[in-house]
Amino acid sequence: MKIPVKIRVNGTLREHEVEPRLLLVQFLRDVCGLTGTHLGCETSICGACTVLLDGKAVKCCTVLAAQADGSEVTTVEGLARNDDLHPVQEGFWECHGLQCGYCTPGMMMAGVQILERHPKPSREEIRHGLEGNLCRCTGYSHIIDAIEYAARKAGRKGAR
Amino acid sequence: MPAPAKPKPKGYVGRPMKRVEDPRLIRGAATYVDDLNLPGLLHAAFLRSPHAHARVKAIRTQAAQAFPGVVAVLTGADLNDRLGPIPCAAPMPDQNSPRHTVLAGDRAYFVGHPVAVVVARDRTVAHDALDLIEVDYQPLPAVIDPEKALRKDSPLTHPELGSNVAYRWSLAGGDVEGEFARADRVIGVRLLNQRLTAMAIEPRGCVASWHAGEGSLTLWSSTQVPHLVRTLLPDLVHVPENKVRIVAPEVGGGFGSKLNLYAEEVLVSHLAIRLNAPVKWIETRSENAAVTVHGRDQIGDYQVAVTKDGTVLALKAHVVADLGSYLQLLTPAIPTLTGLMICGCYKIKAVRMDVTAVHTNKMATDAYRGAGRPEAAYAIERLMDLVAVELGLDPLAVRRKNFPKPGEFPFQTATGLLYDSGNYQAALKKALAMAGWEELLERREGARRQGSLFGIGVSTYVEICALGPSKIMSAGGWEWGCVRIEISGKVTVITGATPHGQGQETSFAQIAADRLGVPIEDVVVYRGDTNVAPYGRDTYGSRATALGGTAIVMSIDKIIAKAKILAAALLQAKPRQIGFDAGKFFVQGKRKTALDWKRLAGEAYIAKNLPPGLEPGLEASSFFEPPNCTFPFGTHIVAVEIDRDTGQVRIAKYVAVDDCGNQVNPLLVEGQVQGGIAHSIGQALFEQTVYDENGQLLTGEFMDYAMPRAGDIPDYLLGSTVTPSPSNPLGVKGIGEAGTIGATPAIANAVIDALSPLGVKHLDLPLTPENVWRAITNPGATPPVASKGVPKPDRAAPPATGTRGAPRKGGKR
Repeated sequence: MKIPVKIRVNGTLREHEVEPRLLLVQFLRDVCGLTGTHLGCETSICGACTVLLDGKAVKCCTVLAAQADGSEVTTVEGLARNDDLHPVQEGFWECHGLQCGYCTPGMMMAGVQILERHPKPSREEIRHGLEGNLCRCTGYSHIIDAIEYAARKAGRKGAR
Repeated sequence: MPAPAKPKPKGYVGRPMKRVEDPRLIRGAATYVDDLNLPGLLHAAFLRSPHAHARVKAIRTQAAQAFPGVVAVLTGADLNDRLGPIPCAAPMPDQNSPRHTVLAGDRAYFVGHPVAVVVARDRTVAHDALDLIEVDYQPLPAVIDPEKALRKDSPLTHPELGSNVAYRWSLAGGDVEGEFARADRVIGVRLLNQRLTAMAIEPRGCVASWHAGEGSLTLWSSTQVPHLVRTLLPDLVHVPENKVRIVAPEVGGGFGSKLNLYAEEVLVSHLAIRLNAPVKWIETRSENAAVTVHGRDQIGDYQVAVTKDGTVLALKAHVVADLGSYLQLLTPAIPTLTGLMICGCYKIKAVRMDVTAVHTNKMATDAYRGAGRPEAAYAIERLMDLVAVELGLDPLAVRRKNFPKPGEFPFQTATGLLYDSGNYQAALKKALAMAGWEELLERREGARRQGSLFGIGVSTYVEICALGPSKIMSAGGWEWGCVRIEISGKVTVITGATPHGQGQETSFAQIAADRLGVPIEDVVVYRGDTNVAPYGRDTYGSRATALGGTAIVMSIDKIIAKAKILAAALLQAKPRQIGFDAGKFFVQGKRKTALDWKRLAGEAYIAKNLPPGLEPGLEASSFFEPPNCTFPFGTHIVAVEIDRDTGQVRIAKYVAVDDCGNQVNPLLVEGQVQGGIAHSIGQALFEQTVYDENGQLLTGEFMDYAMPRAGDIPDYLLGSTVTPSPSNPLGVKGIGEAGTIGATPAIANAVIDALSPLGVKHLDLPLTPENVWRAITNPGATPPVASKGVPKPDRAAPPATGTRGAPRKGGKR
């Protein structure tokens, strides 16, 4: 048995018939071919699969594609506007916020959420906002720097 | 925080440059192994033993085979005689270990041991079909505790071996018994290095593709070591080496756990050949926790012989190392690295270490970030603190007393190593200044007056990197690199070192751009594909920059020498008259007629004006064989506060001064240090791989294996000293594991220092809230420290287990 879903992914409407058990992460990766979202633990502990679902950061390894029917999803592929990187992407690049890069898409989506909640976050607020995401390479310090950088950058852009 | 300002370097080397590999990664456009999709791709899944030790009496696969979408179901009976066995590259003399078959045969030896493999057209179908395989297991007694495994009445992990002992190994140097007899005091402690799991966020996985027409195989694998896999895999799957291509695409973290050849890589390769179709296998997280190698897992009884002024004369240790059930690639070698580095950065005249390595019904241990050296650093740095405590001395003074002087390098250790260069005093001095040592002592005194638990810990570590000269390695310790000036003048660099997140696509471009005198934008670094980089020994043991970087330097120097001959012909001069500077070749004194790389490359490939005997092209490759390993070092200082009610440890201050020789890219160095310390915070405070008494893995998911999160990480004060290595022309040492080696003992020493007013002298890792809380509530039950020797006339020997609450006299700490 398959069920129809309509999910707007990075602005593009995706209509597919899917198995009821298909996870949103599988929908994004295997059906839409958007492999920037990674699977790390399948239990919503590591946050590598974090995407924005109707504007909220969620771990899409524990969301069914069917549950996302009618929703809007933003993945890492939807962060940059053409050649212009999102401030969070810029921050990760400038501050060496990534090494192997595997947790990075999820980390950046969590970073986007942090900045929406706290446009001028303290380091403690950033730490708290990243509690749901595991990184095994960086030791987090450069990721915190990266989100601080993004906050400054977004602040400047907003002021213009 | 950034390191203090240094003189601005002229070229790219030495500058904190952002990485060239990042754009693809931050855009979600990089290709990890699970992102690969090939036409007709099949998917493999493994049925794994739920028992630590069991007889496999029968396997019924018919229902699984009949399941729609299933292509094949195979068991050990089908495959074990045709494939493998899985090799160990570092067996010890008199090694007593089993043949490591690709699937379980008539016995399963650990939880997760693969028993059968299913191949299906869809990944979920493959996993569904696993449930249809019926296995009759007869559970057998499991060997779990490595010390109990040595008892005569213990069950056997592998009954056919007759013993659970895999090997015994000893390392000895100097007159150990003589020094112990001469000592004023012998101080002993039993130290555990708990089992850990690397837990790279990307699990393992591979895709194999068989090209039937050519009879060639391509394996994409999430591995640190595609070249080692290419050396080892061909014989196991019966394809000639020169028809095997291994590609490590983007690799999502390794930390030693992907420095291996795994059964799944062999099986997936075989399945692709057997079924004449591409096959993919992606590890689940619970598989990763159970069947990707674990690390550490040593129990050591350590003793040091000291004089009353704190001079460490000799060290004796007996270590029981838990190897797990099978040997993986380097399993037996890891405890020997502990032995080689057990003297740390101290002049200890005599050493003896005996290792008893044991098989148990658990996953194999093998390399995990630091691989044997964190165990050594933890032991010697705990011992130095205990020497200070037992003798009533300042732990800094004890360390300084035993350091070799800067003029004593290269320094020969009693374990037979030659430390290449060092200045341990300078790193300690700088770290103390950065930490504000005197203020920190006052802060501790103030906290203690108020009844707070505040402690300071120091670790002065040294480690061994850039492994290493081929004579000490099992399969070549060199590294390979190639540089090509393309006809357009662009530069292609190919490294055999296979970086996977460490950033050498950037740092090698910095090295090449400087040496060639070209803009860094003109340089591209390729890695990770054995058809592009035909030879290499890959990334582990913090070796890539010291060895791989040098192979690139050597190749560039060959190209420059050739280009001078070509430039001389074009400029109608003699080669010795040709100068080279900033990417230009010129007759000395006549820079106006200089030739750049683009012009020379055009001439080299068009090849109409070459001098007689000069080959066309501008390309060179090199193997760098290092004369010695490198020995990075440093000082870490940690202050902790402990919540008396919960046992929670909070890191109040963290200072690290690391010396990895010259730094190619300080930003990347900082990233490696911070990442390394995070693994140490994990080992010191949270992480432990736990099997229950039946051999069930209790830490089989991220839910149960506590790794540091952002909230657990302090803001660091990081600094460095620079003592170049004489072992390579770049003067670099390696920094990938330093944080993981230097930090664990500093954190442990700080926690135990905080608990010392309660009489706690030692506490085993990890220092979880529960562990610390139990020590606070019942300090008498904490592990004992043995102290034997001639009591000094002015005071009695401290008790073996103490309730010593009075502040020490004379000690500065």
